[in-house]
Amino acid sequence: MARRTIIPFGPQHPVLPEPIHLDLVMEDEKVVEAIPSIGFVHRGLEKLVEKKDFLEYIYVAERICGICSFMHGMGYSQAIEQIMNIEVPERALFLRTIWAEFSRIHSHLLWLGLLADAFGFENLFMQSWRLREKVLDIMEETTGGRVIFGSCKIGGVRKDIDPVTLKRIEKILVELEKEIKEVSSVFLNNFTVKRRLVGVGVLSKEDAHALGAVGPMMRASGIAQDMRKLGYGAYDKLDFEPIIRNNGDSYDRCAVRIEEIFQSIDLIRQAINKIPEGPVETKVTGNPDGECFVRLEQPRGEVVYYVKANGTKFLERLRVRTPTFANIPALLKMLKGCDYADVPILILTIDPCISCTER
Amino acid sequence: MDTKQEIKNITLDKLSSEVRELASKGYRLVQISCTKLDGNLQLNYSFDKDYEFINLRLEIPVDAQVQSISDIYWSALMYENEMHDLFGLNIKGMAIDFKGNLYKTAVKTPFGNC
Repeated sequence: MARRTIIPFGPQHPVLPEPIHLDLVMEDEKVVEAIPSIGFVHRGLEKLVEKKDFLEYIYVAERICGICSFMHGMGYSQAIEQIMNIEVPERALFLRTIWAEFSRIHSHLLWLGLLADAFGFENLFMQSWRLREKVLDIMEETTGGRVIFGSCKIGGVRKDIDPVTLKRIEKILVELEKEIKEVSSVFLNNFTVKRRLVGVGVLSKEDAHALGAVGPMMRASGIAQDMRKLGYGAYDKLDFEPIIRNNGDSYDRCAVRIEEIFQSIDLIRQAINKIPEGPVETKVTGNPDGECFVRLEQPRGEVVYYVKANGTKFLERLRVRTPTFANIPALLKMLKGCDYADVPILILTIDPCISCTER
Repeated sequence: MDTKQEIKNITLDKLSSEVRELASKGYRLVQISCTKLDGNLQLNYSFDKDYEFINLRLEIPVDAQVQSISDIYWSALMYENEMHDLFGLNIKGMAIDFKGNLYKTAVKTPFGNC
């Protein structure tokens, strides 16, 4: 047996924008085992729910993560609405869906940029983020925020998008789609990129299921599950199918995310064409009493909210199981037996969001 | 789509057998969570199969010892260590026992003490 050494990876590392630590047990250049530790920036946001008015907590929920901030607000609102039997106006559900899909596009473009940066393709990184800026501009124009939108509220949304702007967004999407196609073809066809991704970090369908992987991680391994199919928001009125690939390697995880960008563009188009007229919020009165589980599909995968309320303005419990937390066991499995040089790529291919994990 | 959600109350001694049965039927472990109640802890073990969502729920005293399910679902070790670190829950037989070092919190078992 070769001599074993342990290499500490993170919490500060060029490929990690946020802190996570892995002890990599090595035999020569191969990783034999990886032991994670998290909690460097644990914020106790789940606990804070006991001391914040449930209506105000949405501002905290949105700050669980800077990338899927809108969807955290949406999931939290949906849980409270379910407990209080609040009927959200249909136009608000469509608007939520539009903003959620824009969040997915910007998240996936951000991830593509980070991936390109991780394997040293600086130009590709800049191109990906240049396109992401265009999505952020749309979000700024329609919500007033580029990262934290503040547009979702319990009972609906705070802002409407006028029909003229919706039509203009549709036109911007045509141009954006064309540009994303050009950039994504480099990710999918470039020889150097493929050398770094094809066959690297294979996660079989069986392992993805057994290890509880979610989102693009799961779908790249051939499991056709997407929580949007549950029909929350306006998804029950839109036509789409989960995007899957079957090889379960880093290339397929990249391909799934790229295809999901185009799927999101299509979903936004469908939503713009089907959005009904009407109010965008329902007045909320009283306090919630009861409990519920809500599941949403964030860019990184399934997120679970558990809310338990006791009839007062303070909730008893908010539990948020974020997708990155669920994907850590699959990451540990992928790291076993990989080359040390592939560790940054493998960590990135789960699209880790430590901010979510450290809620 | 029918989004069936079920909450099934079980006792501590039935936990392993119930989880094993769901595993044999092909359910995916979605999450495990802990809620502090008056003097007790409530645990929710959530599973999914084809969007069907099942929760096994048990209520236990704060000092009870819970058998790990990481021998059935290896990924449970993350949730179990989390509950141990945040709530001080005593869990036996975890596939990897971080011994309170998964979360580096300033306060020990912050969700259990307050």
